[in-house]
Amino acid sequence: MKELVISKIRDGTVIDHINAGKAILVLKILGIDENTKETVSMVLNVPSKKMGKKDIVKVEGLFISEEKLNKIALIAPNATINLIREYEIKKKFKVKPPEIVKGILKCPNRLCISNAKEPVETIFYISVKNGQVVAKCHYCGRNISDLTKFIV
Amino acid sequence: MKHLVSIEDLSKDEIIKILNKSEEFEDVALGKRKSRILESKILANLFFEPSTRTRISFETAMKKLGGEVINVSAQEASSMAKGETLADTVRVISNYCDAIVIRHPLEGAARFAAENSNVPVINAGDGAGQHPTQTLLDLYTIKKEIGRIDGTKIALVGDLKYSRTIHSLIKALTLFNTKIYLVSPPILDLPVEFIDELDGDIEKVELESVIGEVDVVYVTRIQKERFLDEEEYKKVAGSYRITIETVKRMKDDAIILHPLPRVYEIAIEVDYTKQARYFKQTFYGVPVRMSILTEVML
Ligand SMILES: [Zn+2]
Repeated sequence: MKELVISKIRDGTVIDHINAGKAILVLKILGIDENTKETVSMVLNVPSKKMGKKDIVKVEGLFISEEKLNKIALIAPNATINLIREYEIKKKFKVKPPEIVKGILKCPNRLCISNAKEPVETIFYISVKNGQVVAKCHYCGRNISDLTKFIV
Repeated sequence: MKHLVSIEDLSKDEIIKILNKSEEFEDVALGKRKSRILESKILANLFFEPSTRTRISFETAMKKLGGEVINVSAQEASSMAKGETLADTVRVISNYCDAIVIRHPLEGAARFAAENSNVPVINAGDGAGQHPTQTLLDLYTIKKEIGRIDGTKIALVGDLKYSRTIHSLIKALTLFNTKIYLVSPPILDLPVEFIDELDGDIEKVELESVIGEVDVVYVTRIQKERFLDEEEYKKVAGSYRITIETVKRMKDDAIILHPLPRVYEIAIEVDYTKQARYFKQTFYGVPVRMSILTEVML
């Protein structure tokens, strides 16, 4: 199988090896929306040797912080980051799930105080169990294993 | 600032410290000794749902230590809740008192209240979440009535799925070297995810097979609402009921506990056996809450 070569960008961030179909959620986690000024490209369902199919996201002219990028691990644990400067890869790394996530996730427990009309931001403690990312609610203790369903 | 939100916030040593201190307050709870240790302190009972026994127990503990109590009734609290957020209510109330006891229908409400309070917050039950003062008094009762917690064998009987009392108690018991037997109808089993998080000696059994060896039989209420039909409920509740016959098969020095209110799950005749300690258990709530109040306020 021939792997798609990412068309080169001059400066910016390339996020590779995103689980197929999750690129849109990746943009959401990074806070990239219709107000974003940078050129953003997204390729879905690219054939991949390792993953069968994968998604790729490129953001031109923007070096996204490592802290922000690591949040991608919540839904795409295999994602790799390439920071590009002058057409060259300056830094390459695999995302690592953060230990604590504020915001982004919504608690599935409708009786949780974090879902009440209160000035409250959700807080989740992240761990990896059997290769799966699990989030535990700071307020009610509920665990979420299918995180993609609870990204807000 | 010290809060008491979840039993999991406490280490084994901290639990032991609270239990040891409770022992010192027993005389005061019994009226044999006077104490003014919390004089000029004010406790606010902020109850968003009624729980008369828990509230009175805190009030008694506070007053016997010379402190004052402000009660915000469930009705007052909920009318306040309509006008403002819990965060605001707590921010306001915490300016008028030295500690807050909170009871709230939503899970995590006590943790959130603590984050918005200028004074210590004690959780007196938040929805299906935590009720740490109940757990501490359960542990204290075992310590006092059996003589130790380490090494005891405990059967937890009834609703192990929904009972927050049970969930908190199991977590605390696993800190001590206890053998825990789970006795419940299949639809009220302890959730698997919950068991996965535990690190202790835990086994699901029939009560019959362990009744002769356990030191503690801890009974909880099986609620009718958990069943589709009345007949099914009656059948299940009946087969998990503690009767005189059950007590006869228990060890002589074994004890029966229940967080109360008891409905059908323990027969009235059992109250007169020496194994029945559930009313003693409610008494212990006072010295244990004294210990907690002084721990957070002094
Ligand atoms: Zn929650």
